[in-house]
Amino acid sequence: MSMKHFSGTASYIADEELLASVNAAVVLQRPLLVKGEPGTGKTLLAHAVAESLGRPLLAWHVKSTTKAVDGLYHYDVVQRLNDSRFGDNDISDIRNYIRLGILGQAFAADEPTVVLIDEVDKADLEFPNDLLRELDEMAFHIPELDETVAAKHRPVVIITSNAEKELPDPFLRRCVFHYVGFPDRKRMTEIVQVHHPRLGNDILDAALDRFYAIRKTTGLRKPPSTSELVDWLSVLIAAGLDPQQIREGDPFMGVLLKQRGDLDAALSRRVNPHKFV
Amino acid sequence: MIFLDFLFQLRDQGLPVGAGEWLTFLSALRKGLIHDSEGIYRVGRSILCRSERDYDAFDLAFGQAFEGLVLPEEMREQLMQWLSGAEAFAEGGPAPKEYSSIEELIQDFLERLRNQKERHDGGNTWIGTGGTSAFGHGGRAPTGIRVGGPGGGGRAMRVAGERRWQNYRSDVSLDIRQIQAALRALRSLTKEGPLELDIDETVAATARQAGDIELVETRAKQNQLRVVLLMDAGGSMAPHAERVNRLFSAMKAMKTFKSLDVWYFHNCPYGHLFKDYQEYIRVPTQDVLAQLTLKHRLIFVGDASMAPPELFAAWGWSGSDVPSGLDWLRRFRTACPGSIWLNPDPVRWWNHPTVSAIGQLFPMFELTVEGLEQGVRALRRARTV
Repeated sequence: MSMKHFSGTASYIADEELLASVNAAVVLQRPLLVKGEPGTGKTLLAHAVAESLGRPLLAWHVKSTTKAVDGLYHYDVVQRLNDSRFGDNDISDIRNYIRLGILGQAFAADEPTVVLIDEVDKADLEFPNDLLRELDEMAFHIPELDETVAAKHRPVVIITSNAEKELPDPFLRRCVFHYVGFPDRKRMTEIVQVHHPRLGNDILDAALDRFYAIRKTTGLRKPPSTSELVDWLSVLIAAGLDPQQIREGDPFMGVLLKQRGDLDAALSRRVNPHKFV
Repeated sequence: MIFLDFLFQLRDQGLPVGAGEWLTFLSALRKGLIHDSEGIYRVGRSILCRSERDYDAFDLAFGQAFEGLVLPEEMREQLMQWLSGAEAFAEGGPAPKEYSSIEELIQDFLERLRNQKERHDGGNTWIGTGGTSAFGHGGRAPTGIRVGGPGGGGRAMRVAGERRWQNYRSDVSLDIRQIQAALRALRSLTKEGPLELDIDETVAATARQAGDIELVETRAKQNQLRVVLLMDAGGSMAPHAERVNRLFSAMKAMKTFKSLDVWYFHNCPYGHLFKDYQEYIRVPTQDVLAQLTLKHRLIFVGDASMAPPELFAAWGWSGSDVPSGLDWLRRFRTACPGSIWLNPDPVRWWNHPTVSAIGQLFPMFELTVEGLEQGVRALRRARTV
């Protein structure tokens, strides 16, 4: 098979199940939908895939107001109106005012690309459905030009979701799906060591004990994720705390838990709270 | 037949695997994505599951379907010995057999596994290296099973057996997305939003002025509806907590209403409504009623089932002249004709004095996706804006 396969990169540690999903998406030419808690490295995955396949990455960051057509093209009618008054450009050619969106750029590109559609669940409920045809056919029509933009090379499409909203069934049917589970202790140790290579084992152990215990607290609205753990460790290192203080005090809990209620819930469950000052 | 069996196991476990996904899975097999049972597990799961909620069912089906396919350890070792050093036999030999179906291929493979006694290199039948047999590795058969390489054998079975995804399972029928899709119809759009450029009007106005730009702005459309959710938090509602929570979180996440207020009551609203039941934060019902306008829509959620005096008798602690629960409900209905009642109990249980009394006052619907859709239609018919 001539297809280049994804096998992780030096800075991105992918488990074998994730590798299988990525390669299935690449070979089957389906979008890969990656779902999981915030901070489990979904967005980084797209960067790693692009790096590993040696392709440029085009990232489309979705917001609540994003519409499907934004990813295809934008007709800047306001600019054209302005130019018609002040005569800066050739307004007779509408082409000067059509700008391709991220998907449009990927379709028009002369080399194969990787497209990241980040946090697809932020947009309107119908947003994924509006992209079905374009992702299936890898082509779309621009009525203003009466032209069709068809992909010269099918891009690898990676879509991330935090599961804020449920995605529509027809969309899910077309995707290769992967759920990034929360890293277990062994993998978390690997991840943390990428960020803090010189961290002592005793401190790491103490911090991970506390971290996983806090995550188990019932009723947390926002359980701390990997990125919070990494930040917390930075603070612990900077403060020069020893393992005992990490285990028995509650140092810098605000870095792990950002909501008042969560903080109270986690601290009230301590059997023997020695408050850290 | 092994894979067909797998399909039926998946469907038995309640995974909605359709023909489309199944064909994709088979094409993954054909395209060489899957070399071993781990591949079936990993690639299969990524194609056949649509949510992490499906993973546990997938694990169970996988275990059922492939239990017999795992090679015993000593057999595996021998197989690996036959397959070591695959480079020498690249060319020549008879044309390889092509298999039309995966099932036929697997059957054949298992058959040969039972009969083969020694190492084979460059042949066309047995499991070996090089050659044109469909089985083994380093060979040239167009369809076949690669044996060996990294992974292989029993690991996928073991992984599936761990049932790591059990906690992600959800068999609840009222899907958040369906709730939101139903509630989207609940809107009254008027041009009262923030100012935005009206492009068509700007172009027309500019043309009228012979190209001198005239900017025309207009108000964006905005949903004017304010929704008030009133939920029974009484003991008889406990079995429905999951479903009610789904409705609640679906509505909270929508952000399409102009406002969403949530109140709790026990059995029926009386003199006070609760903002927070645990913390006992309460507000006089009169104050809530006073703020209702024609742009409000009320959605009651409760089983409406209580001891008759709890609805019909005058309750309270300030003498005899207090309104009954039904009186309070009547005031809500009068203040806000755009109101419905969602009942988590099935319709066949509604033959109860308090349920029918409340059902006469409010249009009552089952707390299901279908009931919610009917309820939203009823709210839209109550043209009060």
